Amino acid sequence: MRFSLGKWLLPVYSALALIFLLIPIGYTFVFSFNNSLKSNVQWVGFTFDKWLHVCDAQGVCAAFGTSILVGIIATVIATALGTLMAIALVRYKFRARSAISLLLFLPMATPEVVLGAGLAAQFLSAGVPKGLVTIIIAHALFCLSFVVVTVKARVASLDPALEEAGRDLYGSPGQVFWRITFPLLLPGIIAAALLSFALSFDDFIITRFNNGGVETFPIFVYTAAARGVPAEANVVASAVFLLALIMVIVAQTTSAARRKRLAKLTL
Amino acid sequence: MAFAAFGSGGPGAAVDQAPRRRSWVALVLLLPGLAYLALFFLTPFVSLILTSLQTPVEFGDVGQFQQAFKIENYALVVQQYWPHFLRAFGYALAATFFALVISYPLAYFIGVKARPWPLIQALMLTLVIAPFFISFLLRTLAWKALMSDETPVVQALKALSIIPSDGHLTGTAFSVIFGLTYNFIPFMTLPLYTTLERLDTRYLEAGSDLYAAPATTFWRVTVPLSMPGVVSGTLLTFIPAAGDYINASASFLGSAQTQMVGNVIETNFLGLLDYPAASALSVLLMGIILLLVGLYVKRSGTEDLL
Repeated sequence: MRFSLGKWLLPVYSALALIFLLIPIGYTFVFSFNNSLKSNVQWVGFTFDKWLHVCDAQGVCAAFGTSILVGIIATVIATALGTLMAIALVRYKFRARSAISLLLFLPMATPEVVLGAGLAAQFLSAGVPKGLVTIIIAHALFCLSFVVVTVKARVASLDPALEEAGRDLYGSPGQVFWRITFPLLLPGIIAAALLSFALSFDDFIITRFNNGGVETFPIFVYTAAARGVPAEANVVASAVFLLALIMVIVAQTTSAARRKRLAKLTL
Repeated sequence: MAFAAFGSGGPGAAVDQAPRRRSWVALVLLLPGLAYLALFFLTPFVSLILTSLQTPVEFGDVGQFQQAFKIENYALVVQQYWPHFLRAFGYALAATFFALVISYPLAYFIGVKARPWPLIQALMLTLVIAPFFISFLLRTLAWKALMSDETPVVQALKALSIIPSDGHLTGTAFSVIFGLTYNFIPFMTLPLYTTLERLDTRYLEAGSDLYAAPATTFWRVTVPLSMPGVVSGTLLTFIPAAGDYINASASFLGSAQTQMVGNVIETNFLGLLDYPAASALSVLLMGIILLLVGLYVKRSGTEDLL
């Protein structure tokens, strides 16, 4: 595309679009330093206090802990079940395969409010009291499909000849899996687990329908939103943001370095 | 990479790698996951349909219902809540449109123009997904604060009488659509990026070699080739946007006048304990979305593009 200002139009637009995406993040970060009392809407003054005493605001740290706990357990369940399914779907051909793929696609195509209400209706009719367990069940459910999709891509890129070589060398099926397949799948499994944890950590809608009285971090923010969210919530969100950003940058630079190394080897 | 989840997806995407062999192993591998889906995804749908047909227990408390076949529940919720359905689909459609218009040039720049600089590509992609790393609720609240009456932008708009002096920016259809658009831009940009990144630029050169105007090349070559990304991006935006109720809720960017179906499902289920109404609304929402998505995928002809 060659407009008269074509050379600059697109880069400038892209930079502006990215700045637009970052505005609320910047706002949340700046207001984590606000010396506010209860509600954090008006700028009062700069302080480090909220970062140093995050847990002083009632419920913030407990909710954060609950979110971490739920995220870890749901991720373990979803990653274990999803990895097995992904291997089966790529490596084995059977009649029901496309039906199962559709079944896995459906949770991703269902609005969260329907998933949440459906599970809540089921727990209600089965007489299961809502609480930590029902939150974990719900989170593992919506993470499962994302795990399968992510790991499936990795399995599909795996050369079956490597496993064949293992079998030719008299490796038992267990040995072949743990010494060859699993290490090769690991990057995909880790990516799936991180994605699943991130989805679980930020989920509000499905949690809202199945939490009983249990407060995860998003539930805490939602409840607090009516009367004003304390600055400590901004501290938690900003800290999580920085941590995630660092992890992504490290992952990208190491994978870029690995690609460079590989390119050198093949030359 | 985690982006893979947004790019591909959909049934039948797997590559045939192995012939039919030892399907009992496949069964063993699939069984735990299938059992989980059956128990917590399929049965909840059955529960939802059964609950939607329930009738209140005679002389019972609020929230006490018994199984019946009260199909009128559906007529009742449509009668009472059709404006919420219209709003949900109208807002979601508008947000999908704006997200597409905003995302396409950005994805084009990252995926095509920035190809010679992989580091810039990686940095820009990280910034696109950056909003995922901060709480969805907090970033929506941030927009609420930025749109509140005291901010300079709103003051300026009032001075220019673009909005009336006693008007507000929050709590309107504008702010809800704005919030939905903002929140789903990454879901739109990533799949667009994945297809545009694979676009063979020699096709574009061929277009200009054949004396096509840049705009003609764009509409006749680039856009058709990026259709898979457009389809998955619009679906990834439209479906969650139609079911969303955070942006439209009164403590976030909406007001009583902007309530969507999600809001009334929440109020009926968790507030009024009217489980049959909430379930009927959910079944209808899901049904309409499946219908629309089916028609859309069929019309856009992605079958032969995949």
